[in-house]
Amino acid sequence: MIRRPLRPLARILEARAKGESPDAIERENIRLRHEQMRDKLRQRAEIRLMVLGFGFICAFAVVGARMADLAASDPEEPRVRASGASILAQRADIVDRHGRVLATNMETHSLYAHPQDMIDPARAARELARIFPDLEEAELLEDFTGARKFLWIKRQLSPEQKQAVHDIGEPGLLFGPREMRLYPNGAIAAHVLGGAGFGREGVHAAEVVGRAGVEKTFDERLRDPARGGEPLALSLDLTVQAAAERVLEGAMRIFNAKGAAAVLMDVHTGEIVSLVSLPDFDPNSRPAPPTEGEPGDSPLFNRAVQGVYELGSTFKIFTAAQALELGVANEETVIDTSGPMRIGGFAIREFRGKNYGEQTVEGIVVHSSNRGTARLALEIGAENQRAFLERLGLTEPVPLEMPEAKGGRPLLPERWGDVATVTVSYGHGISVTPLHLAAAYATIANGGRKVVPTLLRQRAPQPEAQAMSPEVAAQALGMLRRVVTEGTASMAEVRGYKVAGKTGTADKPRRTGGYYEDKVIATFASVFPADDPAYALVVALDEPVETSGDEPRRSAGWTAVPVAAELIRRAAPLLGLRPEIEPAPLEGVTLTAN
Amino acid sequence: MTDMVYGSVPVRDGDPILPRWWRTVDKWTISCVLVLFGIGLLLGFAASPPLAERNGFGHFHYVERQAAFGAMALVAMLVVSMMSPHLVRRFAVLGFLGAFLAMALLPVFGTDFGKGAVRWYSLGFASLQPSEFLKPAFVVVTAWLIAASQEISGPPGKLWSFALMVSIVLMLALQPDFGQAALVLFGWGVIYFVAGAPLAILFAIAGAVVIAGSVAYSSSEHFARRIDGFLSPEVDPTTQLGYATNAIREGGFFGVGVGEGQVKWWLPDAHTDFIIAVAAEEYGLVLVLVLIALYAGIVVRSLLRLTRERDPFIRLAGAGLAAMFGVQAMINMGVAVRLLPAKGMTLPFVSYGGSSLIAMGIAMGMLLAFTRTRPQGEIGEILRGRRL
Repeated sequence: MIRRPLRPLARILEARAKGESPDAIERENIRLRHEQMRDKLRQRAEIRLMVLGFGFICAFAVVGARMADLAASDPEEPRVRASGASILAQRADIVDRHGRVLATNMETHSLYAHPQDMIDPARAARELARIFPDLEEAELLEDFTGARKFLWIKRQLSPEQKQAVHDIGEPGLLFGPREMRLYPNGAIAAHVLGGAGFGREGVHAAEVVGRAGVEKTFDERLRDPARGGEPLALSLDLTVQAAAERVLEGAMRIFNAKGAAAVLMDVHTGEIVSLVSLPDFDPNSRPAPPTEGEPGDSPLFNRAVQGVYELGSTFKIFTAAQALELGVANEETVIDTSGPMRIGGFAIREFRGKNYGEQTVEGIVVHSSNRGTARLALEIGAENQRAFLERLGLTEPVPLEMPEAKGGRPLLPERWGDVATVTVSYGHGISVTPLHLAAAYATIANGGRKVVPTLLRQRAPQPEAQAMSPEVAAQALGMLRRVVTEGTASMAEVRGYKVAGKTGTADKPRRTGGYYEDKVIATFASVFPADDPAYALVVALDEPVETSGDEPRRSAGWTAVPVAAELIRRAAPLLGLRPEIEPAPLEGVTLTAN
Repeated sequence: MTDMVYGSVPVRDGDPILPRWWRTVDKWTISCVLVLFGIGLLLGFAASPPLAERNGFGHFHYVERQAAFGAMALVAMLVVSMMSPHLVRRFAVLGFLGAFLAMALLPVFGTDFGKGAVRWYSLGFASLQPSEFLKPAFVVVTAWLIAASQEISGPPGKLWSFALMVSIVLMLALQPDFGQAALVLFGWGVIYFVAGAPLAILFAIAGAVVIAGSVAYSSSEHFARRIDGFLSPEVDPTTQLGYATNAIREGGFFGVGVGEGQVKWWLPDAHTDFIIAVAAEEYGLVLVLVLIALYAGIVVRSLLRLTRERDPFIRLAGAGLAAMFGVQAMINMGVAVRLLPAKGMTLPFVSYGGSSLIAMGIAMGMLLAFTRTRPQGEIGEILRGRRL
């Protein structure tokens, strides 16, 4: 091999000197340079390709490792998500005194849409409009094709509707679990239960919050996770409640009444066994509060707890009992009930202008004499009367476990002078709720102890103060029994249950002042059985008319009393009371004595 | 003269094409591709019946179509792999011009199939995605330009290819198809890297990608939503990703059993972008690892074969094609396991898709053509002992 000079140019100069063409050498030089450059690049590329290959192996290994990591972990349920789980949807059941379900929960689903995930928005809109007639296809399509990324379509779906939507097969239509509050008995005990609605709402859960009734009062307790869904036991008896509602419904129809209310309570424990207010509603779809008209006429209005009415002659027993208690009269005291009688310029008249003459205290109650109670009240005095009514709990709202109970604040006379004393003594000029009245009658029935009505199941009688002496209570009870056996409430005689009670027929006040002639609140307040009272029952009818006779009769004796009797006839056996049937007369058998 | 070089497969002039092809082609890669395609058909049996049911076709409508397109793709692959590198280059440049034009006209004639991005031409019987064909052609053109620039007094090929790359990436980003854009960018980067790019420039490009990504994040809602979905620590199980992740977990190591999987009923893209989830659910980790091994095998084997290549154009083009193929598979699987943000990218040869399958066949054919055993180098290098 010929030794090459180090400097290529030297070869060219040499070639020129020899007269040869330098081009070939030039080309050779370029070729060699190019070769060198390529070799260098190639070596570099070799390393870089190796690096690249190594990088790929590493990256694939990472993917494989991650895959293995995932495969080794447990799958999670596809409905749990951190952000939605903060809403607790569990809500405890509500049951009656025997554990029968009044309110429970049902798993339903809500429907929402992610329009950007939709494959065929037009078809989805068309199918949805077919499944839900209340949805407009054009509006849906507009929503689905617009800029929105999320929209609610339905808050609650029935299982059938859910399946139908599912069958559309549209991935952009999604379901969120929902717990729905369900009242399996429909309208029964609607006012007590109230109702529930959705509070905070997420895709994966929604809060169910109480809107009214015990659902609202015990909202926190029902939703308390620490309680673990322990059901809330009410004092209501579902069967009795159902019976009472049926009886009152019938009464409203027969007497063409605007409304009706009934309270049935245990006289010892204060447990409300049944609380009815008609007209009522279905708590499963609680209507919106009325925006016009009289709020008292709305189905949402609880007449038994919120409605304050002048309950008329039912108050006379309180006057009589207090008179006995204070000693202004005793059983033998005879009071002149004949008129005329004027107090503060007002004439005190008897019902239909009757005149009962001289009467004992019992006679005053049995005949429902206004003038008699007025004379007793004047003896008692305003201060004493007010204090006594206060002891019976008739001056303050009943602390019942319902938010509505606060609305049942009694209307008391502004100036409690002689006139007020007289009118209050026979139940005018003072408005209380039927619930107040039931609690006061329970006091008479249980031997004079004050009772606070409650909707919760109780285990023992309430340790409340004595409102009147047991003797007076027993005497008052006897008078109430006589009202049924020989007085205005003769229709209340239920064989075997010895009902005792007092009627009250009060003219309804006009909103403009004064009273209606032909609109009354008919009330019958009763306790039964009279020899060992267990329950107090108040039935009140709003504007009843009994038209079977020659002229329309509105007095409680013709309206509220037979209704209460029917209610007792049905409810007492359900309550476990044993009728005391006297032995049938021994006809045809002659008893012989030695 | 070169025929007698040590280490080369004996090739005589006038040798019939097929035997010569068979002796020189990378038979392992061909086997891997055939196995991949077989697995793809197998998964198609599992993944596509729900879609066929939704669209009112017979149960295995999509499997039949896949088999038909697959046969076309395999034929294309074999035919292309028989061509000489120069012929491949010639066709690739022509193809590049055609695909580039087609993509430029997409906004006018294209359709989005209701998916929010105009990427397709509807041909009636099938849809055509020009970017699928553009990718391999672009790699070849870039390799050609850069290889030419390495010649003494060659054209400024790096600059030209860079301009081409930028314009294609912009077009893809406007569709928007950030996955393909990233792939094109990556392919160009690999070629530039193998061609001996200075490291400083490579780092600068990496920085530019980060900046471009953040700009895209702040300006494109489509893009931002996917990144957000990726970054959120808790995956919402009702998204495609959530279902895919869950399916992989359900599958465990050995799968829930053939046909027992559920994810295919929930995922609209079970037969395409998330086919790996179907594979993982029904056949378990085992099949996934087999798939990964196949892809890694093809890529690494091709790259190693290319280290022996003397021709810079072949080396660059082969490296670009192999890298693009590997990255596409990796992105697809990485999305399913949430290593990467969601983008629509098919799993090569396994996912359902007509035009993508054929494009992939052509690309693989090119790679095979480039990695064929050729007489290489001079005796000195061979004696240095670099061989495979």
